[in-house]
Amino acid sequence: MPPATGGGLAESELRPRRGRCGPQAARAAGRDVAAEAVARSPKRPAWGSRRFEAVGWWALLALVTLLSFATRFHRLDEPPHICWDETHFGKMGSYYINRTFFFDVHPPLGKMLIGLAGYLSGYDGTFLFQKPGDKYEHHSYMGMRGFCAFLGSWLVPFAYLTVLDLSKSLSAALLTAALLTFDTGCLTLSQYILLDPILMFFIMAAMLSMVKYNSCADRPFSAPWWFWLSLTGVSLAGALGVKFVGLFIILQVGLNTIADLWYLFGDLSLSLVTVGKHLTARVLCLIVLPLALYTATFAVHFMVLSKSGPGDGFFSSAFQARLSGNNLHNASIPEHLAYGSVITVKNLRMAIGYLHSHRHLYPEGIGARQQQVTTYLHKDYNNLWIIKKHNTNSDPLDPSFPVEFVRHGDIIRLEHKETSRNLHSHYHEAPMTRKHYQVTGYGINGTGDSNDFWRIEVVNRKFGNRIKVLRSRIRFIHLVTGCVLGSSGKVLPKWGWEQLEVTCTPYLKETLNSIWNVEDHINPKLPNISLDVLQPSFPEILLESHMVMIRGNSGLKPKDNEFTSKPWHWPINYQGLRFSGVNDTDFRVYLLGNPVVWWLNLLSIALYLLSGSIIAVAMQRGARLPAEVAALAIMTPILWIRKPRNHEIKKLAPGHTARLSQVLLRGGGQVLLGWTLHYFPFFLMGRVLYFHHYFPAMLFSSMLTGILWDTLLRLCAWGLASWPLARGIHVAGILSLLLGTAYSFYLFHPLAYGMVGPLAQDPQSPMAGLRWLDSWDF
Amino acid sequence: MWGFLKRPVVVTADINLSLVALTGMGLLSRLWRLTYPRAVVFDEVYYGQYISFYMKQIFFLDDSGPPFGHMVLALGGYLGGFDGNFLWNRIGAEYSSNVPVWSLRLLPALAGALSVPMAYQIVLELHFSHCAAMGAALLMLIENALITQSRLMLLESVLIFFNLLAVLSYLKFFNCQKHSPFSLSWWFWLTLTGVACSCAVGIKYMGVFTYVLVLGVAAVHAWHLLGDQTLSNVCVFCHLLARAVALLVIPVVLYLLFFYVHLILVFRSGPHDQIMSSAFQASLEGGLARITQGQPLEVAFGSQVTLRNVFGKPVPCWLHSHQDTYPMIYENGRGSSHQQQVTCYPFKDVNNWWIVKDPRRHQLVVSSPPRPVRHGDMVQLVHGMTTRSLNTHDVAAPLSPHSQEVSCYIDYNISMPAQNLWRLEIVNRGSDTDVWKTILSEVRFVHVNTSAVLKLSRGYHGSTVWNVEEHRYGASQEQRERERELHSPAQVDVSRNLSFMARFSELQWRMLALRSDDSEHKYSSSPLEWVTLDTNIAYWLHPRTSAQIHLLGNIVIWVSGSLALAIYALLSLWYLLRRRRNVHDLPQDAWLRWVLAGALCAGGWAVNYLPFFLMEKTLFLYHYLPALTFQILLLPVVLQHISDHLCRSQLQRSIFSALVVAWYSSACHVSNTLRPLTYGDKSLSPHELKALRWKDSWDILIRKH
Repeated sequence: MPPATGGGLAESELRPRRGRCGPQAARAAGRDVAAEAVARSPKRPAWGSRRFEAVGWWALLALVTLLSFATRFHRLDEPPHICWDETHFGKMGSYYINRTFFFDVHPPLGKMLIGLAGYLSGYDGTFLFQKPGDKYEHHSYMGMRGFCAFLGSWLVPFAYLTVLDLSKSLSAALLTAALLTFDTGCLTLSQYILLDPILMFFIMAAMLSMVKYNSCADRPFSAPWWFWLSLTGVSLAGALGVKFVGLFIILQVGLNTIADLWYLFGDLSLSLVTVGKHLTARVLCLIVLPLALYTATFAVHFMVLSKSGPGDGFFSSAFQARLSGNNLHNASIPEHLAYGSVITVKNLRMAIGYLHSHRHLYPEGIGARQQQVTTYLHKDYNNLWIIKKHNTNSDPLDPSFPVEFVRHGDIIRLEHKETSRNLHSHYHEAPMTRKHYQVTGYGINGTGDSNDFWRIEVVNRKFGNRIKVLRSRIRFIHLVTGCVLGSSGKVLPKWGWEQLEVTCTPYLKETLNSIWNVEDHINPKLPNISLDVLQPSFPEILLESHMVMIRGNSGLKPKDNEFTSKPWHWPINYQGLRFSGVNDTDFRVYLLGNPVVWWLNLLSIALYLLSGSIIAVAMQRGARLPAEVAALAIMTPILWIRKPRNHEIKKLAPGHTARLSQVLLRGGGQVLLGWTLHYFPFFLMGRVLYFHHYFPAMLFSSMLTGILWDTLLRLCAWGLASWPLARGIHVAGILSLLLGTAYSFYLFHPLAYGMVGPLAQDPQSPMAGLRWLDSWDF
Repeated sequence: MWGFLKRPVVVTADINLSLVALTGMGLLSRLWRLTYPRAVVFDEVYYGQYISFYMKQIFFLDDSGPPFGHMVLALGGYLGGFDGNFLWNRIGAEYSSNVPVWSLRLLPALAGALSVPMAYQIVLELHFSHCAAMGAALLMLIENALITQSRLMLLESVLIFFNLLAVLSYLKFFNCQKHSPFSLSWWFWLTLTGVACSCAVGIKYMGVFTYVLVLGVAAVHAWHLLGDQTLSNVCVFCHLLARAVALLVIPVVLYLLFFYVHLILVFRSGPHDQIMSSAFQASLEGGLARITQGQPLEVAFGSQVTLRNVFGKPVPCWLHSHQDTYPMIYENGRGSSHQQQVTCYPFKDVNNWWIVKDPRRHQLVVSSPPRPVRHGDMVQLVHGMTTRSLNTHDVAAPLSPHSQEVSCYIDYNISMPAQNLWRLEIVNRGSDTDVWKTILSEVRFVHVNTSAVLKLSRGYHGSTVWNVEEHRYGASQEQRERERELHSPAQVDVSRNLSFMARFSELQWRMLALRSDDSEHKYSSSPLEWVTLDTNIAYWLHPRTSAQIHLLGNIVIWVSGSLALAIYALLSLWYLLRRRRNVHDLPQDAWLRWVLAGALCAGGWAVNYLPFFLMEKTLFLYHYLPALTFQILLLPVVLQHISDHLCRSQLQRSIFSALVVAWYSSACHVSNTLRPLTYGDKSLSPHELKALRWKDSWDILIRKH
């Protein structure tokens, strides 16, 4: 750990400080008074033992870090097979090493780092990562796991330092560190090739640096202030670059910054210019810097992945032209659509695919019994269509005819190349979307009826224009019924080979579902042009990949027979996730929080809200709080949101006001806000949710637990007894909590480190008697 | 005594003539030619069905909202003597003479008309001038979309009425609070707030948004009250208690009351029965009750039963078997046991009958006295028509290969023994008794050999819980005779009563869980299109002429409403920043007025509009109307503020007033121009219609001849 990290506290107390201008100096002085008040309070030793304290402080931090690393790296190589989502993220790491293009719903940074770790540790990207349970054998996987465990191990010291800074209490920080170290869930999640340890690393780094720069607030524009501010920005970029969940910590930092600026703005002793400087500094470090870094990760992503791969089909045709190995790469095709051309037609909406037909009929009872028309994501000769005039069946490729271009507004016929059937629609209901019309392949050798006629239109163009390959966004209007060819995106049942439904929709709404473009284009009579000119610019690529990711995320709807987890399950540790193994002979790993820790966290949130609201009401009623109760008020979110009014502070015991006003703004309320922001948005999400989504919130709730119990214990102790005894009670309380969590970890550690042998119902099992909830299946 | 003999009796009445005039104009605009068109207009086709159900007292289930809204409409039908006989099948269908169109449309129209004077009152109670209040009311009066929506048998105008009533009564209560807390009018307005809120929620779930707003404002005011140290603790406690009762308890009680009345009104079985549980169905008159009446309560060995899966989504189904066997080899190459198929069948069928058999005896009839089956008993389930027993074994199931196949056992003599013993588990058994009861008991069948549980797969959501729906004691041991017995309808008489809370919770749960196919609709729109009125809905077209009704707003009002909102937000931000730097532009009372008006009007707009961005259901323009009314309330507030505080000289003020008058006359002009589309009373020529199509995205119907 760089010395600067610890410097914040030690330095600030060792060296006298000089403020930049009057008010800041005054505030700094105020802080010294506070420090003195703290120093004089019974829990601190006298001034003389400062050096000793610093050594102890570093030793404790080292101990916490060491313990965290030891638990995370213990038995890291087991099991030597793919566990759970390693199959995805390991695979994506390999893609980076192989430089093949893929698609994922998360931004690229996390997978890039995994790939980098694998590359540096000598993994060659040849392992297929096919499915969970596959043995790694000779492939080197420890580099990637080690990297994730390395980042995951930092969570504990980060949380320790954050709480130390927020509460100025070693015992609270130690309690938090213990809760996280001994939580089997955090441990399990840190041990595998997953995005979560990387994400949580950045979230906690952002939180820590935010807290640190808050505590530098009395020395604005000093070097540590700039350091922590920009480090916050960097961590934010990292968090967002790994998963979009990073937005929540951005929101938290944003709220904190707004509150901070609001406070500065109301400080009449600061000139507007100074406030402007503050604003600019924050804009630079918290908006511009993260955005630049975030964009840079994408630039690297696109630079590294230059070969065609499994993700091509998700992207637009123009995008695919960038990828070497893709048939659009360096290809040259005729630019304008002409009659007789053989084409593939791609839907503009992501993950719909190409217009497709095959020699299978719609089954009995589902519309007319004619040939199926679907959309299909993979490239296939059944995606080929020939564009023909509606009224003649002569071969336009006959050299004696001049080339005739297709123009906007023309009436055309699309003939399926393989089966020579025409794209057809009629007044029968579509198989899945009952309000739309069915689309079929009809006719023999290109001879059908008037229901085969479509008007081809370019979106936002005038009549008579030619139609460009790739570039033109086109629409097919059915002449007889007036409906628009589109894909509903619904998956057909078995009879349709699980391809997507194509319908003709009578509602003429502008949706991407009914807009297509021409991708492949073969016409021997036309000159080819190189497609390089079509390549999109970087901002276009960036935008497109975000659209694709966002749609991909919202497209992750729970399927019928899929196990789904509900957000209310999470805090109560209702159900875990099987990482590996099912039967009693398998090596089983089960992601489940340490129930003692989790239920303590749950209790703490309730207690916190209760005590917070009691104190808030009491203060609003003008009650005079004893000094220690006032200290608890440090954590009330209400006080965090607004500065306490002067008369409110005066109500508190004298001597503590300075300390209170210093610490009020960064108390447990911040941590509670973090928990809220990382938990409640999931209730609004329509996508598939998993248990591991709760873990960032869990970090915050453990920090809250640390702060709360430390304060509560202090409160009780001093309420009951005089100080030597009180100190004893406090220490005993904290110790028993520490030992309790450690013991529960001893009980539950097989969940994380793996267990073999009979399942928990069996008395022989290592987990016998520990299956406290029926919903835990280990 | 006799004082009135000595002094004359004098009644002094304060009549606010402008209020009377506004009410009159409101009534005129909403009630004029109310029965025209005498045809089903747009969503009337949808609400009409439910009115018919109420008139015939048939049970129905509608997921669009709580029953109060439908009941209000049905009240209109009741007053008009509607018998419910009308086939609500298509928009535009001519009403037959038995449909009292006027009284059906009367209540929404009255609600729409009364919203006009209420807007006046609200702005006055916000302590803005009489002139601003008049402005708000006049805008409400000429807003075309509100007129259209009020004149038809639809619920939005009623919802808006209760929204406004809630806000108005809260304001009245708040103003009482200052001078006479706990007075009679204080209590009256406080209670009325709670009642109006629950009515709004009862009409549509959307009403929750306004309820939350009122609760939020009340909470902030209560918090200030807490900080008032001139009041004693007891007094503060009483204040808080009164608010809690009026704003939390009363709405909940009323909401339950709506359902109570609803369930009393619709007590006959109807087409939506099947979605409900058997116990619920049995509580309705007719339907399942007719079948299940008189069937024995306790299932005994030898009973003939049908087993319904409790998980009735999307359609309920019954455990079923038939002569056909599983194919020897499936399409994907897996093998099967080739035994008789067991399925879950969504239709009533003779093949749904099973006989509960005691494994230790051979008889398939109920002995006398009947031996009831209890929790934990071992049973065999014998299929009635084929006499094969329910069996499962270690063979992959046809569609879920991870589960075991369930079949009716056929002995092929291939060393695959029958494994047809099941242990009965009653999930909801009471503490006192563990007997398997018809309809009431929810049971699980656990396979004895493998501990597997009989389950309806249908993905992860399937259920392992079943209940007996039809039941009778078997009386025939001989197969032929039994088949005849099975074919004969089940007999006959005690209705099983379900408590109100049980029925309420089931009904509420089903309503929330029912997901209608969110299909796109021709006139559906997205929330972004609403603010600038980029969309409309064609409600009705005259069958011959081109007279038509559209839901189309007054574009001047919509745009200026959005502008006023933006101005409000910007000005507030500006004032806030200035106050933070200790510059107070507004006197304290003006500032407080400005904040309260914003919290209620701009806040009302926000809570009624922004949540739609998170909704995944099909949305229509009319969902925006409640938000629009709050915007209309905000408009005069902003205008008066500009004139009072931002116009510095008398000259500026006069110019501004002139501008406002000009703006209002243009709004009137637009309203008048769009009138044919609002009332649908005049057939316009195609040319005129084209001229009305001010935005390309407006869908105005033009007949081709």
